[in-house]
Amino acid sequence: MIRNTNDAYGLVSVLLHWGMALALVGLFATGLYMTDLTYYDSLYNILPWWHKGIGLLIFGLLLVRILWRLSNPKPQTPATHKPWEKTLASATHRSLYLLIFIICVSGYLMSTAKGKGVELFNWFEIPALRALSSDETDFAGEVHYYLAWALIVISAAHAAAALKHHFIDRDKTLSNIILRK
Amino acid sequence: MKKFIASTILAVALPFSGSAIAADYNIDIKGAHAAINFSVSHLGYGWVVGRFNEFDGSFSYDPAKPEESKVNVVINTKSLDSNHAERDKHLRSGDFLDTDKHPEATFKSTGFKAGEGKKAQLMGDLTLRGVTKPVTIDVVMQGAGKDPWGGERIGFKGTTSIPMADYGIDFNLGPASKMIDLDLFIEGVKKK
Repeated sequence: MIRNTNDAYGLVSVLLHWGMALALVGLFATGLYMTDLTYYDSLYNILPWWHKGIGLLIFGLLLVRILWRLSNPKPQTPATHKPWEKTLASATHRSLYLLIFIICVSGYLMSTAKGKGVELFNWFEIPALRALSSDETDFAGEVHYYLAWALIVISAAHAAAALKHHFIDRDKTLSNIILRK
Repeated sequence: MKKFIASTILAVALPFSGSAIAADYNIDIKGAHAAINFSVSHLGYGWVVGRFNEFDGSFSYDPAKPEESKVNVVINTKSLDSNHAERDKHLRSGDFLDTDKHPEATFKSTGFKAGEGKKAQLMGDLTLRGVTKPVTIDVVMQGAGKDPWGGERIGFKGTTSIPMADYGIDFNLGPASKMIDLDLFIEGVKKK
């Protein structure tokens, strides 16, 4: 089942969800780690290169995900969900999408601040849209940093909520987004 | 004949008229005939070269009394440009120039010593990252005289080296990269 049904998420949604979750946690960790490396560390140049490449891929996946989400049915939430839970959950999901979007854009703007493009691995270069002033670049950096923290904190709440539904409420909220035969 | 003599005197005297008396000059920022460049050894193998795109300053210079020369320069540290987005951001950060806290670097001269020929030494206080230290700049006078547009100009080139550690920069770039070489290209337009 590639597409979503009224009951469950399909293969594409499930892969997008877990693939992006894994990549985003990895980007958060490398982002913190690589900015504290000393100049002589062997990873000083390569980690940012991976970070930027994967970040650009995430942006592409985010667009695919939103399109997929809009063109597929949304599985119904279990009837046991309270109205406030539904409201909070969908506000959380929207803010996660929005945060990923802004974090990607601020990262791209920082990397292209001199008007030079940013490499998507060795495949090709994404051109710069606009050169930024020093202050704008540093502002983009702060946005990138603080919103990445916000993303991780909200993701953790999102995960905690899923675990709560799985182990305490014992409903199928979490199993909806897991691959089944 | 009188006219010929008069114009000959004028022609001979004019190029020197600007340098005959003490004069105040503005650094030619508008025409960008001035540059403040820095270079730092990269690993001991190559170089990182950059510049400050925004600065302003003025000086006074009297060839008859060069020791009375005065120079004042203010540099916008956020305008540093090493032609690399991430590096510039890093150089602006607390690891290096901490430009949010110290958006300006200044140079105020304290003395000037004429040397052989066109050479001289300019002493002054350099304030960078909130630290003020005396520096000595080796100066070469490049040329002086009228420009084609009704003004008068004089140009100098200055070089000096400053240890990063003196200004509180302790990010380890390696043993070969502890000094900042400064190359100063200064052209002044005489104030009217």
